[in-house]
Parts: sequence; structure tokens; C-alpha cells
Amino acid sequence: MSDAAGIEIEDLRKSYDGTLALDVDRLAVEPRATLALIGPSGCGKSTLLRLIVGLLAPDRGLVTVAGTRMEPTTRRRLQLRMGYVIQEGGLFPHLTAGDNIALVAQDTGWERGKIAARVEELLELTQIPRALLSRYPTQLSGGQRQRVALMRALMMDPDVLLLDEPLTALDPMIRSDLQRELRRVFERLRKTVLFVTHDIAEAAYIAGELAIMRAGKVLQRGSLRDLIRNPADPFVTEFIRAQRLLDVADLAAN
Amino acid sequence: MRSHALLAVLGLLLVAAPAAGRVTVGSKAFPESWILSESLAEEMRALGVGEIEHRSNLGGTEIVYQALRSGSVDAYPEYTGTILEVILHVPRPIALAEMRTALAKEGLGVSEPIGFNDSYALAVTRAVHERYALRTISDLGRHPELKLGLTHEFMGRSDGYPGLAGHYGLRMKHVLGIQHELAYTALASGRIDVTDIYTTDAQIERLGLYVLEDDRGFFPRYDAVWLYRLDLTTREPRALEAIRVLTGKVDEARMIRANARVVLGGQTFRQSADSLLTEVLEGVPSRKPAQADVAGSILRNTGQHLKLVVLSLLVAVLIGVPLGVIATRSPLFGSAILSLTGLLQTIPSLALLALLIPLFGIGIAPALIALFLYSLLPIVRNTYVGLTTIPIPLAEAAEAIGLSPRAQLFRVRLPMASPAIMAGIKTSAVINVGTATLAALIGAGGLGEPILSGIQLRQNSLILQGAIPAAALAVLVQRAFDLIDLVAVPKGLRLPRSKG
Repeated sequence: MSDAAGIEIEDLRKSYDGTLALDVDRLAVEPRATLALIGPSGCGKSTLLRLIVGLLAPDRGLVTVAGTRMEPTTRRRLQLRMGYVIQEGGLFPHLTAGDNIALVAQDTGWERGKIAARVEELLELTQIPRALLSRYPTQLSGGQRQRVALMRALMMDPDVLLLDEPLTALDPMIRSDLQRELRRVFERLRKTVLFVTHDIAEAAYIAGELAIMRAGKVLQRGSLRDLIRNPADPFVTEFIRAQRLLDVADLAAN
Repeated sequence: MRSHALLAVLGLLLVAAPAAGRVTVGSKAFPESWILSESLAEEMRALGVGEIEHRSNLGGTEIVYQALRSGSVDAYPEYTGTILEVILHVPRPIALAEMRTALAKEGLGVSEPIGFNDSYALAVTRAVHERYALRTISDLGRHPELKLGLTHEFMGRSDGYPGLAGHYGLRMKHVLGIQHELAYTALASGRIDVTDIYTTDAQIERLGLYVLEDDRGFFPRYDAVWLYRLDLTTREPRALEAIRVLTGKVDEARMIRANARVVLGGQTFRQSADSLLTEVLEGVPSRKPAQADVAGSILRNTGQHLKLVVLSLLVAVLIGVPLGVIATRSPLFGSAILSLTGLLQTIPSLALLALLIPLFGIGIAPALIALFLYSLLPIVRNTYVGLTTIPIPLAEAAEAIGLSPRAQLFRVRLPMASPAIMAGIKTSAVINVGTATLAALIGAGGLGEPILSGIQLRQNSLILQGAIPAAALAVLVQRAFDLIDLVAVPKGLRLPRSKG
């Protein structure tokens, strides 16, 4: 296992065509911690993730992953230390599930034996049937696709996992299965995880800590209980209430 | 001026220096030219010239003259009127000696007259002649409603229709451009009333055409002569000897008969040329006519056609796909590359061929280059479109998971764009099969050869010998690509989309 590594963000800004999309003074994810980013559509949570993974360059500010600043020269090295999963999985349709998983390892020159051994480990961890590896993404169900995408993200044994609404497109039953599975995997691997969702129940279930965003800024950070009891902004209460969780949370609190 | 010199140097470099003892005879795409050149080739053979090639069916004065100048052709029959108008661009008739002086500067020689005058004339059917009482070109002026169907060359030359109309004060209401061989059909079916013909044309008798008298003496003389390269004097004097044998002895009657043997009598050019030579030399026995080997010639032409298509396509793929990739790198490159390849596509094929001849001579090289240039656009554009329409999340995922730029291109983007790229290559291939028929115009052979000859000779069977294999080839190419798709397009992209 490589050394655990965290994520640090300082004074990060990004605008598109003059519209400010992200403005975060400071945000850090401790090594081995899981943080869920929540907020309505367009609040900047995906932009933040894309800045961290190096798909976007900030107008100002710093992203530091595992103690190394994200810059054009360090970008690829850092990307290999991060696993990235997006909404529909982002699997390449022309490759089988197995080839999707092994692609980066092949590109970085891993030997066949090493690749096979790592895939075995991951099959065991994610409990995916081996037969799925020879299928193409179009031949997999939505849930299977996300499991394969998680395997691909874990292949290089990254320090950091970035997940951008990985479960949003799934139907409720499968979604709750996968929520359970993700939590189990995160607890077992103890990696640094940044998990983006707009579902506050999912966020609270998977992550110990939540950061709620609105209009490019982080409004408040804390446990779900903190957010409910001591909202830093009326919007926090509004957002939680909109998801009809307040009553449940009140019950839990009492 | 400088660019001219540059082109000339480039041309010299690219045109292979003619080997000593090897002589190439050229002819234009009509029977008279073909028969005369075939006779010359035969006579050279009889006089012991080692290696002789006859490049027939060259498409028009500009093409065959450029071929002569560049050394791809050593001799061909031309007409004095055409030399004045198209080659020397002089407005008034000049003596043969003066013509010789002018062309000597280009390293070209002019023989004595071959013996007949093949002038332009206007002809109508007997029926039209009688109905309108047309006897002379002046008479046409009284019937501006008559429909003229004229060859493109005749319409464009100042000694053609524009000059004629001015000279006679004609104000015809309907003047259409038409391919020469199609004009007879149009005339016979009444679609047009008047067409331009050559005075040695075998069709005059066959179709019972009435030739209008040039009563105000407009048309200059079109005495047939040989144009040849002066370097033959040292390279192969026997070729010049053969040219001398064939001057002064072919009069109008002999030429009309020779044309008629081919056009009406169904003889091959070779057979008619043999008979003409026999008449000219008197007493030389006619050789056995060559057996026509239809299957063999179809096979040979198809093979040549396929060679043109495959080679040009291969080079177009090797250059077009990288160009398409480069085009995606920056908007500036992109628009430059796409508009340039698009521009190439708009150049009419005959014009492109004519432009390529001074650089590459005639034969396979310019044909391959033209086909290559026409193949580029669909391949470049489809590569570009295929790469730029990859779903953004997937293109981003390839980058974010840490793939090297090389792997992003070769393992993700190109495979994902492969259905579009293959579609572009298929389009180019099918277009090429059609366009390659024009290669015969510049002596590159292929299935265009029987088609061109068939049109000239009005032999549908000959046209079909080219057209049917060409159509079959197009279908075959389609099928072949369906098979290639199975290898070139990843299986995952050929699966039906699942729901959910």
C-alpha cells in the first residue's frame, strides 16, 4: 500500500465566460477520510472535482494532492494516484469490462501476470462475477457498469478516489445495494474519498462528513447532525428540508 | 514567371527521362487520331524501332500537347487549325514554315501535311435540310429557332462557334454543349437540329447528314500533320522515317474509309490502321487481324482499375487519417485542412488532370495523384468528425484516469472514431471506382478505356465491357468494406445498444 495522502485546496477560483463557477477559500480532505460534497445542480461541485483531477486549470489558487501541487508537469503522475468515477461510469464502449479495467495498467507497462493478479484481488473485493469481464459495457446493467467503473478506478491502487455522482443514474433498489457496497469498500480500503452527490441521505450514509455547496462556495462543513442543528446559512436548512429528511433527522436527534 | 520555371523544373524531375529506342505515340480520344497513330506505330515497328507504345484516348488537345511537351509522348497527329488556335494562339493563318519556327522553340517539329483536310463543318439531318431549305451556314441566320448542339471544344474556341456566329451574324436562340459522340444520337432523335462535325467523319454518310456549305469562308484549313519531339532525330531516327512514310499519302477519301471501317464496319483500330498502311504503301500484305480477346481485356482493365483505386486509396488513408487527427489539435489547423481538402474536391476532374500533366506527364502517375486528392476529403473529414463527436465525458475520462496522450489517441479516441473513419474510407473507395474511369483519358488505362472507345465507336457492347465491371467493382468494394469493418471496428461498437 502506498502512503495515505490527502487533498488540499487553497483560494481556488474558476469562471466560465465571466461567470464565477467556483470560489473556495480553503477545503481539505484528511488522508483516509471520506467527504461528501452536496448541493443543488450547478453549485460547482463537479467543477471542483474536475479541477482536482486536472481536467480543468484554475484561474487562481492551488490544488495539492498527496503533498504535490497539481500542475501541467505533475498532472499525469497525480492522475495515476487518483481513481475517478463519473455518473454513467465512463466506460469505453469499444473495450470489454476487463480491458477497461486493465487499460491504464497496460499503458503504464504492467506485466500480464501483475495485471491478472490485481484483477483477481479486485474481483474478490467488489464481488463482481468473473464472467462479466468479457462483456462489453452495452451488455452490462447500470449497476454492473458502475461496479466495473469502480474496479477500473481502483486498479492502480490509488491514494485518492474521486466519485462524481456515481449512483445518480441508477434505479432506487440497485442504488441502495451499491450505496451499501461503496460504504463497505471505502471502510475496508481506507482511502481518501471525495464523493459528489446531490442526495443528502446518500451523502450521510456513505461519508462521515458533508460539505454543502451553493453558487460556487462551500457554505458549511460537518456531520449531518451539525448541518441540521447549527445551520450556517438558511439555505442549509432549506436544502435539507427539501429532501424531506428533517423529520427523520429530528427523530434521530431526540 | 518564377513559379512557371519552378513547375517546369519539378516537371522535369518527375517525368522519367525517355529511354533511348523507346518511342511513345499519342492520340486523342476520337477514331481518326487513334487510327493514324496506330498506323504510325505499326510502321515504326516495321522499320525496326525497338519499343513502341501507343497511348490512346488522351482527352483533348491540351492534354496530349502537354504530354508531348513534357516528353511523355513523342509524336501524335494534329491539325494546322488547332495548332494555330489552341497551341500557338495566333489569330490569323500562317504558313507551315512559320509554325515550324514557333514550335521549334519548344523542341517540337511539324511534319509535311499527311494529306487530308479535316475541317470543322456544320451538319443537319436530311429532314431538317429539306424542311428549312438549309444549304449554307448563311441560311441558318434565317432560322434562329433551330437548336444547336455543339461540342464543348467547338463552343470554346474562337475559330469555333463564337467566331462563326460573329462572322455570319448568327443569333441562334438555343445553343447547347454536348459530347461529340452523343450529338449523333441527339441529332437522329430530333433533340438538336445542327451539330458540328469533322469533314472526314464517317457518320456523315451513315446518318445521311447534310453538310452546310461554309459560303463565307470562315473555317480555316485543318490539314493533318504530325507533331513530334525534335529529339527523335538523335534518339530514334527510324521513328522520323516512319513519320515521312505516312505524310502526303492519306487523302480525304482514304481517311473517311479508314474511319468508316472502324465506326461503321466494326473493325478494330488496329485492323483499320493495317488496311490504311497497306493502301499507303501498296503491295505490303495485310497481316492477320488480331483476335479480340474480350475476357482477357476485361480482366486486364479491371485489374488495372483496381490497382488505381487501391493504391490511391491506400495513400489517402495513410495521409488523410493523420491529417484528420492534426485537424482536431487546433481550430486554425482544423479549418485550414478541412477547407483545403474541400477545395480540392471542387476542381473538376478533367481540369485537375490537365493541371497534373505538365507536372507528372501522362499515364498512371497523374491518375493516381488525382484519385488520391479526391479521396482525401471524405477520409479527413470523417476522421475529424469521428474524433470530435466522441462523447465529452468519455474523452475526459480517458484523460482523467491518467492515460498517456498516445494511449488516449490509439486506445480510446481512434477506436471510438473508427466507424466514422471507415465510413469515410468506404465513401472514397466507391467514388474512386467511378472516378477512375476518367483515368483512361490520360492513358492510365482501366475500365474507362472500353467505355471511351465504346462511346466513340457507338458500340454499346464495348461500353458495357467497361460499365458492368465498374458497377460490379463498386458493389464488391462495398461488400469488401463490410468485411473489413469486422476487423477495423471494435466489436463493442457494433453491438446493439442495450436498454437501461
